[in-house]
Amino acid sequence: MIEVNNLTRKYGEKVAVNRISFSVEKGKIWGFLGPNGAGKTTTMRILTGYLPPTEGSAKVAGFDITKEPLKAKKHIGYLPEIPPLYNEMTVKGYVNFVAELKGVPSKERKKAVSQAIEKAGLSNVAGRLIKNLSKGYRQRVGIAQAIVNNPDILILDEPTIGLDPAQIIEIRELIKSLKGEHTVILSTHILPEVTQTCDGVVIINEGQLRASGTLEEIQERFSEESGIYLETEPSLAVEELMNIEGIKEAVSSGEGVKIFWEEEEKGNKNLNEFIRTKGLNINEWKRLTSTLEDIYLKIVASDKGGVK
Amino acid sequence: MRGMWAITKKEIKTYLTSPIAYVLIAVFLLISGYFFYNMIWWFNSQSIAMSRNPYYMKQLNINRFVYEPLFHNISVILLLIFPLLTMRLFAEEKRTGTEELLYTSSITNGEIVYGKFFGATFVLFIMLLLTGVYAVFGYLYSKPETIPLLLGYLGLFLMGIAFIGIGIFFSSITESQVVAASLSFGMLLLLWVLSWSGQAAGPSLKPILNYLSFFEHFKDMPRGVLNLTDLVYYLSVTYFFLFLTQSYMESRRWR
Ligand SMILES: Nc1ncnc2c1ncn2[C@@H]1O[C@H](COP(=O)(O)OP(=O)(O)OP(=O)(O)O)[C@@H](O)[C@H]1O
Ligand SMILES: [Mg+2]
Repeated sequence: MIEVNNLTRKYGEKVAVNRISFSVEKGKIWGFLGPNGAGKTTTMRILTGYLPPTEGSAKVAGFDITKEPLKAKKHIGYLPEIPPLYNEMTVKGYVNFVAELKGVPSKERKKAVSQAIEKAGLSNVAGRLIKNLSKGYRQRVGIAQAIVNNPDILILDEPTIGLDPAQIIEIRELIKSLKGEHTVILSTHILPEVTQTCDGVVIINEGQLRASGTLEEIQERFSEESGIYLETEPSLAVEELMNIEGIKEAVSSGEGVKIFWEEEEKGNKNLNEFIRTKGLNINEWKRLTSTLEDIYLKIVASDKGGVK
Repeated sequence: MRGMWAITKKEIKTYLTSPIAYVLIAVFLLISGYFFYNMIWWFNSQSIAMSRNPYYMKQLNINRFVYEPLFHNISVILLLIFPLLTMRLFAEEKRTGTEELLYTSSITNGEIVYGKFFGATFVLFIMLLLTGVYAVFGYLYSKPETIPLLLGYLGLFLMGIAFIGIGIFFSSITESQVVAASLSFGMLLLLWVLSWSGQAAGPSLKPILNYLSFFEHFKDMPRGVLNLTDLVYYLSVTYFFLFLTQSYMESRRWR
């Protein structure tokens, strides 16, 4: 549904986005993760056709966004970083204007507008002027306009920013309910948002892609080097484990121990032998998975870059 | 087309729900009404003075002595007012970030520009329609010639859309409404005074300056003469600036 190829965007000399490539399957929710100034908004502006790329290309719904912008834009609903609201309009008037702008046929418009308003939880303020709404409600109006034409692809730049915790949950539920029919890309700083709502993630830092893939893939890939969790009967002595060749460190954790490899293959073999000679029963043996938060912090903190 | 119409409607609604259009229309009617009253009053006193002499009476033509100067005055008022009406069209969208919505919808830049153009043209139309009272007054109390009157209105309309075209362009190159208004005001004044400097300029420059001047092309219409060059002039000025706006929009985002 979305294919990004070597995308680069410069502002004058400054490279905001540097040779990014990734793709998102139809019907999935993809998170766009990165610290401030990473280039998330810039990438989204390119995907929506607001900014042209300096180099590279992006295909949205099968159309190249620079070559066939009008066709591509037809399939996109977009919530910019700053919701594009007209203060003098009422909520309903505004959503109706966007529906018209996006070519929702006049017969279906009324229904589309009231559905979008309802989905975004705006029914009780539909007749109010936008300038009188609170920040959270303004954000909701932004979401309503993005979904009003029932687009195949939704691009949401920090959709839950400025919302209260209850609203955040509602909006997340809304986004999740769009899954399947719609492909969604959302940018965020909030990690739990990604683990709770997204199928996959693109992590960028300083304009460069650091990681991309489904949550499982990412966890798999970045957990490899860490180690295992082992629970046996009777329990293991940490000191003895540390003496085994190939094991870097062992720490007790709950009922069992966490073992970190120095050399995975060798350590594995030696550990197996150790368990056999001691005649221990294995209750649990699993690979240690780091949380997305660990991974994210590791990726973003490692300024060396190129962690893949 | 659909996108253009959506924008036109939006602009008209915005004009109708914000005070600026009402204030400007009121000011416009007040000043033009004042001029009209004065001219009618003068014309009336002249008529009374000359009513004893049928020869002079024939010379006293309401088109020539009331409507022609009135149209000229109205054109100057329009010049002063239109930069204030057009200044927000693009500058405001840029400042508030709503342009991002327009540029990411599946409509062309042309639709955006012309949508806004027709929105402002609607206000122009309303203004001129309201001055129709002055014409009706003329028909009630005298016998004005219809063709010069209609052509006068056509001239005002043409000049008005050229004002709008220029205003839209200057609104599109800045985020600040004040800057937009100042620039288009400057441009309009320049096109106005060109004919004065034309008087002083040498014989080679004079026709060029006269040709470029906004008001030279207006002169004949309230007299009942429609020149093709005048028509072409206003339409091409309008088109030129709208085209410039479109080109600027396209180039800006590549930087
Ligand atoms: N119009 C612009 N002109 C110059 N530099 C810009 C412009 N827009 C963004 N940048 C720069 O490009 C880089 C990426 O900005 P971008 O807004 O894409 O980051 P972001 O990931 O969305 O950050 P945030 O999380 O703060 O929203 C930043 O260093 C920013 O300063
Ligand atoms: Mg951003």
